[in-house]
Amino acid sequence: MQAFRLKEQLVPILTQTLVVGAILYVALLLFQNTQANLEARNIASGFGFLSVESGMPINDSLLAYAPADTYGRAFLVGIVNTLFVSALSIVLATALGVLVGVARVSANWLVARLAAVYVELFRNIPLLLTLFFCYSTLLAFLPAPRQSLSPLAGVFINNRGVFAPRPHWLDGMGWVVLALGLAAIGAVLLARRSKRLRDETGRGLPAGWISLGLIAGLPTLAYFLAGRPIDFDVPTLHGFNFKGGMVLRPEFTALLTGLVLYTAAFIGENVRSGIQSVDKGQLDAAKALGLRPGSIMRKVILPQTLRVCIPATTNDYTSLVKNSSLAVAIGYPDMVSIGGTIIGQNDQAIEVIGLWMAVYLTINLVLSLGMNWCNAKVRLVER
Amino acid sequence: MDMSQVVIDVKGLNKWYGEFHVLKNIDLEVHKGERIVICGPSGSGKSTLIRCMNRLERHQEGTITVDGTELTNNLKGIEKIRREVGMVFQNFNLFPHMTVLENLTLAPVWVRRMPRREAEATAMRYLERVRIAEQAGKYPGQLSGGQQQRVAIARALCMSPNILLFDEPTSALDPEMIKEVLDVMVSLAEEDMTMVCVTHEMGFARTVADRIIFMDHGEIVEQNSPEEFFSNPQYDRTKLFLSQILHH
Repeated sequence: MQAFRLKEQLVPILTQTLVVGAILYVALLLFQNTQANLEARNIASGFGFLSVESGMPINDSLLAYAPADTYGRAFLVGIVNTLFVSALSIVLATALGVLVGVARVSANWLVARLAAVYVELFRNIPLLLTLFFCYSTLLAFLPAPRQSLSPLAGVFINNRGVFAPRPHWLDGMGWVVLALGLAAIGAVLLARRSKRLRDETGRGLPAGWISLGLIAGLPTLAYFLAGRPIDFDVPTLHGFNFKGGMVLRPEFTALLTGLVLYTAAFIGENVRSGIQSVDKGQLDAAKALGLRPGSIMRKVILPQTLRVCIPATTNDYTSLVKNSSLAVAIGYPDMVSIGGTIIGQNDQAIEVIGLWMAVYLTINLVLSLGMNWCNAKVRLVER
Repeated sequence: MDMSQVVIDVKGLNKWYGEFHVLKNIDLEVHKGERIVICGPSGSGKSTLIRCMNRLERHQEGTITVDGTELTNNLKGIEKIRREVGMVFQNFNLFPHMTVLENLTLAPVWVRRMPRREAEATAMRYLERVRIAEQAGKYPGQLSGGQQQRVAIARALCMSPNILLFDEPTSALDPEMIKEVLDVMVSLAEEDMTMVCVTHEMGFARTVADRIIFMDHGEIVEQNSPEEFFSNPQYDRTKLFLSQILHH
């Protein structure tokens, strides 16, 4: 009996050991084979290349960057660009998506139809084509640098981008920043006071307007008192292009537009299904209490919509971050585009791909974590 | 009680859902402090009728005047009437993402601009009144059906309405919970609240109603005092209906 039981346990243990051993063996073979191939082709391995001078130009960077900087710095520029375009796209796509979702259930026939056409159009066309469309339309629409549009003094719009004066901070700017800080603190205090007044007397202060006045007014006052401590670097035409100032490149604009239009279609559908999932009785009850349409939307419908919207929208956000890698197709220097150039120069594909995967994984895990936290916040309490 | 004052005046009301004529030439006056029970077979239009009284449904012909204001497309007028007319629904329709207390204070704070503390004090008074004060911090999903409906009644009362509409308030309840809701309704009736109730609870109708209205196929077939209505129904349709709901 004892022996039989031992035998019964031994067989699964043996087979499991065999399977794990086989997997490890294949992995080892792969590693050795890759190592041998890399050595045969004179390709270095490891992450040492990150501190080597890159020599590559990057035409659109939020960080200070020059070709004399390292590959590591270049890759960092790519990460920051990816993060920037993703974050901005998420904000804009959410705003547009909520609008589209509300429009989809609008009682106005035309508005509802337009929103439906928008959703079906962008949801069913590959994002890559939308990006190509945005980019080529932008380039075709905008004039050459010499024929730049100049809607404001110092601002130039052409097919190389939108050029605007870049402000430089001079001495005394600290006062303006201080004033802004004070105004912000004032606004927070005001909001609290207004809430307390509302709780006690039923009427709050027009806190929004006063805060706006504070935040706009105080720094402006400080700016003039400190002797206008901002200097502008105005872009000027040199040969075929503008130099100096700040620039918004058409590649960035096209990528942003494409990502926003595409993702907003999906978010719009989430919002629509969220609104439609709210029981009709909720609307009846809210109306019967005499609530205004705006209050009904904000206090009753939208909070219940979130419960349905958030999980699906988390997916769309992570897709957006991954989709931003299509930047490579229209020449915006995101992380994938820059990493691709690095591979082209030093052949260290495995390391770069590893970095790509690690960065996307990190971004999206953080994003999901945040969204899950939001989701837990709006969950309904049941028995 | 000033029974002469008409607070809801329905004249020549007609309503269609597409081709379907759901309300036919309804004339009805509700006086201040009056308790009216509307009954009739399902599909007779009784719920539609009371949903017209606070414009949850719009009518196509005739006039409805509540507290001197006629219900038209004018949103201001509709909101004014809804502030004064409370409604209790078959499915409670509490807001599931808010606590019981928040359900009760939402409208007083955002519609009546009542200070939150005062609104909360009022809410607690009404919760005690419907004997459920200890549940103030819970969410609707944590309560039984009977408790939810009592909260819904308290929510309507928090707006200090002049008129209460009940749309089959006990139809979605388990039998053992019907009494606790009816008890609250009876106590409201004893305080001379103007009430219009769509209900199948004939016991409630018999003890509380000043007038019973019987509807069938979108028409008011007959209306009478409870004694007359139950002991001496005038029409065959009424007799048939009574025989169906009183003998089972």
